[in-house]
Amino acid sequence: MTRIQLTVDGDSVSDDVEPRQLLVQYLRENLGKTGTVVGCDTSNCGACTVHLDGQSVKACNVLAVQADGCDVTTIEGLARNGALHPVQEAFRECHGLQCGFCTPGMIMQSLDLLKDNPDPSEEEIRLGLEGNLCRCTGYHNIVRSVQQAAGTLSGSAS
Amino acid sequence: MTATQERPTETGREIGRDRRRKEDQRLITGRTRWTDNITLPGMLHVAMVRSPFAHARIAGIDTSVAQESPNVVTVITGADVADEQGSLPNAWPITPDQVTPAHPPIAVDRATFAGEIVAVVVARSAAAARDAAELVDVEYEELPAAVDLKEAAQATPENGGALAHPELGTNKSAFWVFDSATAGTGGNVDEAIEKARDDGIVIEREYRQQRLIPAFMEPRSTVVDPTGEQITMWSATQIPHILRFLLAAVTGVSESKIRVIAPDVGGGFGGKLQTTPEEFIVFLLARRLGKPVKYTETRSESLVAAHHGRDQWQKLTLSAEKDGTVTGFKVELLADLGSHVSLIGGGVPVLGAFMFNAIYKFPAYRFNVQTVLTNKTWTDAYRGAGRPEATYAVERMMDELAAEVGVDPLQIREKNWITHDEFPFTSVCGLEYDSGNYEAATARAKEMFGYDELRAEQKRRRESGDPVQLGIGVSTFTEMCGLAPSRVLGSLDYGAGGWEHASVRMLPTGKVELLTGASAHGQGHETAFSQIVADRLGVAFEDVEVLHGDTAISHKGMDTYGSRSLVVGGEAVVKAADKVIEKAKVIAAHLLEASADDLEFAGGRFQVKGTDQGMAIGEIALATFAAHNLPDGVEPSLDSDATFDPVNFNYPHGTHLCAMEVDTETGQVRMRKYAACDDIGNIINPLIVSGQVHGGLVQGIAQALWEEAVYDDAGTLVSGSFVDYLLPTAADTISFDLDHTTSPATTNTLGTKGVGEAGTIASTPAVVNAVVDAVRHLGVNDVRMPCTPERVWKAINDARGGGGDVVAAETEAAAAPHFDAAEGTEGAGR
Repeated sequence: MTRIQLTVDGDSVSDDVEPRQLLVQYLRENLGKTGTVVGCDTSNCGACTVHLDGQSVKACNVLAVQADGCDVTTIEGLARNGALHPVQEAFRECHGLQCGFCTPGMIMQSLDLLKDNPDPSEEEIRLGLEGNLCRCTGYHNIVRSVQQAAGTLSGSAS
Repeated sequence: MTATQERPTETGREIGRDRRRKEDQRLITGRTRWTDNITLPGMLHVAMVRSPFAHARIAGIDTSVAQESPNVVTVITGADVADEQGSLPNAWPITPDQVTPAHPPIAVDRATFAGEIVAVVVARSAAAARDAAELVDVEYEELPAAVDLKEAAQATPENGGALAHPELGTNKSAFWVFDSATAGTGGNVDEAIEKARDDGIVIEREYRQQRLIPAFMEPRSTVVDPTGEQITMWSATQIPHILRFLLAAVTGVSESKIRVIAPDVGGGFGGKLQTTPEEFIVFLLARRLGKPVKYTETRSESLVAAHHGRDQWQKLTLSAEKDGTVTGFKVELLADLGSHVSLIGGGVPVLGAFMFNAIYKFPAYRFNVQTVLTNKTWTDAYRGAGRPEATYAVERMMDELAAEVGVDPLQIREKNWITHDEFPFTSVCGLEYDSGNYEAATARAKEMFGYDELRAEQKRRRESGDPVQLGIGVSTFTEMCGLAPSRVLGSLDYGAGGWEHASVRMLPTGKVELLTGASAHGQGHETAFSQIVADRLGVAFEDVEVLHGDTAISHKGMDTYGSRSLVVGGEAVVKAADKVIEKAKVIAAHLLEASADDLEFAGGRFQVKGTDQGMAIGEIALATFAAHNLPDGVEPSLDSDATFDPVNFNYPHGTHLCAMEVDTETGQVRMRKYAACDDIGNIINPLIVSGQVHGGLVQGIAQALWEEAVYDDAGTLVSGSFVDYLLPTAADTISFDLDHTTSPATTNTLGTKGVGEAGTIASTPAVVNAVVDAVRHLGVNDVRMPCTPERVWKAINDARGGGGDVVAAETEAAAAPHFDAAEGTEGAGR
């Protein structure tokens, strides 16, 4: 067991974990952060995407011990004081989700994408989400969601 | 549209609105209730040991090391539970003599596909269970595996072909026939073909429907808690009600002692329309051990062990007059069942049998299917289930006919389709299509697509010899959905009915709870059904709570598949709401001291005609709850129950147009444009409908271009992870142009038609037709799905005779007949 200390969605946590435990397992099983889900075992689907020190990572591809000392944000840490994050709002507004299983990862990846490129073209959005699989939406409305969020975020920034 | 004009269009406040979904708040914030999220006190975890061999005798299993492993509770083999585990159900024996092998959840003495469960480890943590599963030592003796569908169909003990279940002496499970001549619904197709051989056109083709994997995003998971008075199962399933019934039927546990809950379910697409070995095993273990037990599959397990879909060979013969008027269509199928006849696996081709004639006035039709057992993952419903296969076959054949006649593919369709003034129309299969307007949908689709401009561009590129050619694909589909009239299901030997149930609870505060037997797993029932109830009862959208997916709450239902939730379940909702109004009217009349005949109900109020006296339904709900002043003999309840059994299927249709660019030098294909005009009758929520179509389109496009479950000769699934099974990503797909025409259904009050499967059914042939169209002038008349660059390149190269330049190939192609003598068709349908 290894002692790790990190911040998850703004809360400081400290735990003894097995060196082989994945970050996504730690989030789900130790912390009850079940908003982050596991969709595959080959890091293809991106359903488990979270932010590690502000950068999107697939939490199935990171060991819990690697997150020691880091700041982790999950889908559960996005809304502030009951107000949805503009990307969450855009996914609802544009019907960017159906079953919702890929949605946490999709939203976290979209945020990362928009941080790097606040005004992406459709092609840049599609390429930026390439690591996240959705089986329901055909991506059409996910792309719309990101476009809408880009507009909202740039509007609020200016 | 005669059928259309007789029916008023629904004009309520909520129906037709782009309501944002009620479901989304919890899904976008991570407050979700997936089965795998559930943790219960003392819960044990299961890991499965699965056969690596497609076919092997289990000579022995040594569980001793695993048993001693840390935190392991028990290890169980098939032999340990042989007497109590039962056999998984097949609900649809399609013929009385169907060969149906026993289907134990844990293999007992023989593994019949690579991935079948042979032992089960139970431990105190999921990790401990998985560690110990590695320590179970199974001794296998490999047996010959029936892998190839055509070879399996031919295998007999005499010819030494591999048999999936040697004790059965055959791989053939059932042979099912529909013939319009014997059914009295049309002519004799063999006569039509013979005649056309003399003085018309006969097109013969063989198409492959490759094996697909539904690949819902949420892996399957099951938790069973045996500690209460009822045994509670949570499962990632589309069918909690059917599952409860079959758990009882198979295990002998009283149905009243079982509660099944489908909490948030992350997609299904038919893939969770199953009663699985894993569910039965977890149920058995929880009962045996007296503790909650959980199993969640890995994605690799899901791809190999959750049922697959499609997998057919289609031998097709279309006869026509010289002008392109079709005179007959003959369909001979081989369908791969995999290792067992699953819940409705045998019936999937039968669901397609009535749709090969599609929107056309074919005068003669014959269909037969031979279902075949192999040593591969068992197959069952995948989005569309039977109808995508039919639509692909007929829409590809109509393009081939158009090429033969030398006219535009839309022209050949127009010549043969049912015109809008011919509805209701009885098809050659005896189905009554209630409404539709193929002309209108096609005209709109052409307009959106820019059909004429793209044809002109195609011509320019052909003439200039552009290495990147443009192809235009057409799919004018219809389908039968809204499963299903119970009498029809009975006549097809299906084991249950096709009705749906709804119940309305009027709460004293005027809020409404709607219970539905349809079990959503991403579709948005909570939103769409709230819109229906809000309009019907005149209450606020926000005041309706839709409850589903729990047999203790929505106690009765047939669940969600076959594009049925709205057209069957929604009609039950309407009926349940109407019953509330009927009951409330009696009480309103009493309280308003008026005759019930003098009351009218609108906008949620009962009004005495011609006066300002009235009461809102919420006030009546409160008065009914108080029950201080009710008419004599009237029960103090407005609650209602309604069960709706459809009288007919439901026939959405649409025209889909696809433009594909094909690089003739590399075989690479790229989608340029996709426009679809669907007619799904009246629409409750346009936003949800467009989402259903988008997602459906991409699943159908994925069959055309990317997805295939590939087995090696030994029967090992090679595409067993998302690295190898290519689900499309955002970068692979484009944005779509959608619109609707409206021919309301005449068989339900709302005038709605199903849309869940429409996109998938329509898009596959549109894409392949476009790919073939791009290179048809080079002599290509087919590309096997998925149309990978290699296959496209090879098709072009083969057409060129393995070499030569484009011009030479064009000349050869012009002289060559369009029919390629297909190889190895002997097995089809014999």
